Amino acid sequence: MKLTTRIVRAGLCWDEKTGAISMPIYQTSTFRHPGLGKSTGYDYSRTINPTREVLEDCICQLEGGSRGLAFSSGMASIDALMRLFRPGDHLLVSDDLYGGTYRLFAKLWADYGLDFTFCDLTDPQGWQNSITGKTRAIFIETPTNPLMKIVDLAATTEAAKQRGLLVIVDNTFFTPYLQRPLDFGADIVVHSATKYIGGHNDVVAGLLVTADPDLGEKLAFIQNAAGAILGPQDCWLLLRGIKTLAVRLEWSQRTALRLARFLGKHPAVTGVYYPGLKDHPGHDLCKRQASGFGAMLSFEVKSSAMIGAILSRLRYISYAESLGGVETLITYPETQTHADIPEAVRRQLGISASLLRLSVGLEHYDDLKADLQQALT
Amino acid sequence: MKLGTKLIHPGNEVDEATGAVSAPIYQSVIFAQQGLDTPGKWEYTRSGNPTRAALEETVAALEGGEYGFAFASGMAAITAAFCLFSAGDHVLVARDIYGGTFRLVHRLLPRFGIQIELLDTVDLENVRRAIRPETRGLYLETPSNPLLKITDLREAVALAQQHNIITIADNTLMTPYLQRPLELGVDIVVHSATKYLSGHSDCLAGVVVTSSQRLANEIRFIQNSIGAVLAPHECWLIMRGIKTLKVRLEQQQATAGRIADWLSTRPEIRAVYYPGLTNHPGRELHLAQAEGAGGVLSFRLPDGESARRFIDGLRLPAIGSSLGAVESIVTLPTTMSHGALTEEMRQTLGISRDLVRLSVGIEDFEDLRDDLAAALQGCSGR
Repeated sequence: MKLTTRIVRAGLCWDEKTGAISMPIYQTSTFRHPGLGKSTGYDYSRTINPTREVLEDCICQLEGGSRGLAFSSGMASIDALMRLFRPGDHLLVSDDLYGGTYRLFAKLWADYGLDFTFCDLTDPQGWQNSITGKTRAIFIETPTNPLMKIVDLAATTEAAKQRGLLVIVDNTFFTPYLQRPLDFGADIVVHSATKYIGGHNDVVAGLLVTADPDLGEKLAFIQNAAGAILGPQDCWLLLRGIKTLAVRLEWSQRTALRLARFLGKHPAVTGVYYPGLKDHPGHDLCKRQASGFGAMLSFEVKSSAMIGAILSRLRYISYAESLGGVETLITYPETQTHADIPEAVRRQLGISASLLRLSVGLEHYDDLKADLQQALT
Repeated sequence: MKLGTKLIHPGNEVDEATGAVSAPIYQSVIFAQQGLDTPGKWEYTRSGNPTRAALEETVAALEGGEYGFAFASGMAAITAAFCLFSAGDHVLVARDIYGGTFRLVHRLLPRFGIQIELLDTVDLENVRRAIRPETRGLYLETPSNPLLKITDLREAVALAQQHNIITIADNTLMTPYLQRPLELGVDIVVHSATKYLSGHSDCLAGVVVTSSQRLANEIRFIQNSIGAVLAPHECWLIMRGIKTLKVRLEQQQATAGRIADWLSTRPEIRAVYYPGLTNHPGRELHLAQAEGAGGVLSFRLPDGESARRFIDGLRLPAIGSSLGAVESIVTLPTTMSHGALTEEMRQTLGISRDLVRLSVGIEDFEDLRDDLAAALQGCSGR
């Protein structure tokens, strides 16, 4: 069965007794036991809930893993991952990274004895020099946020595994519809399901998928013990969103390429970052390891003084956090998503004060182009 | 603004107070007043609710209308529209309609003195001949369910306007993305929003849209008096579904066309009904009033037994009584969607046990085709 077909069937007719097409929402905290020492398989919703289970199985299948787990936010799922490690452990992390992940690592977990080195993972040699005897894992984002850099999944995973590292990939931007890190040998995939998977900017959620069943079991233990689970209503909404993942992403992606080209020619724009553009450094690599270029792009304008005016002039494109939904959103990394990364580090990474990030939605290209045109002029 | 963009930006998509990009769900029955003599905009959810209002405005905007009303189901919406008539009124109703509509007009409304006359609206001569001084309404479905027959909306409107007759069109199958009857002069549009607008088989709802202020005032009065309103959470779910209407329907339509073409080549299939087929009666008329053939098609197996085996042999489409969802749904109209018709009526309309209706979902075409092929092979009995 093709991926697009499987996506549509998530949770279908799960309830055999009634044949309900849509997964029932088990809005329950507890389940009655048939007797002492007996169980229906469901005891307490923090541990396991049928609606969450169906969502977890769904993302697991889509990513080609062995275990899926749902959390109350993307950050909660990354936080759960950090509980796999011990004080003194060292992690290598993609330097072009969502600010919230940076904050969790640098401002919370660093205080609990985890050691992080942020490096450019697009440089296959460079990061290997940072490996120490205590390095346990490598955390990859590809494409990176917000500069859309492409990390070579096959090569990086192989090199990392040779050195005994756990490979974690944040696959939020591309989703399993375009890219499946586990297929390249990665150990764990993480999602902010708030974004493309939910698809409608109405649920905050996180998802993890592991390749190895034992690792899955360890993370399930953490999920139950620390308890940052996703509620049944939100699980159900994610299932509903997943059904249109393919058609949403196909449309947005096509529009994103056209907008990238349009922006590239605009006199107020000095640079565009979109893997679909032929002169994007990771263009060929992206073509090899993913089945599309996604619907996220960033662009730089001539001067940071223009930003305020651009953002207030846009009529349909909303100036907001988040991405991956049906509505096109524009974000200013400098003050929003990457505000927690120190300014010096931002500049070093190439995140300037005149950079804007665009999450392309389902509107028609003509309307989006017209909106950008009038805002940039 | 293109319709595809309007789906995302109907004008009310951002909450002014907080900037929330998803409509707040006002799960509230009453809205407290500041003082006894200072009522606010909202009072009691049956009469009006902000989340329902957002949905109502959205569907009105999409249909190119001014006033929208949301009900607990498609049938509740259709019933509300028929409540515009009174005892003694004569209403002409297309006989090729959804079974639930038939049941309402045939078994319920006559009890209240409304004279219903069912007729074939494909040939509007029938309508012209049937008009009497007491005729107040003309109810249409185009393309019809399940044989996709096409009625000329513009001509029907012209005829109705000559005689001061209210026209009502059920636009469920096409949705405003493909067809906008109000723009062709129809007075009232109804939808089972349960189908394409929701799109995910999880929400029962109906809507009524009109551009006439006079009719809107009456419908508002009916909605408030009878109270078959759509609950806030369901309103929100429908709005969520609407955002992907275009990408879903484009995909469904493309696949439906390919399936219709493919079925037409199969020897086991005696007939295929789909407005996209070149030999479909009324195809040109349809394309003059709509922008596509949609995602629903029907076809005939050699006999009832083959149809039964065929349906039982399918793995992907769910056997069920709905349409317009992301998952494909297969229906046997005789016993399901049109089970409420009299056997005599079904025979007149050509709805028999060999007729299968397929609502095409957004699964991959090849998977669907392979499934249909396997089921066809299994039902040939050889």
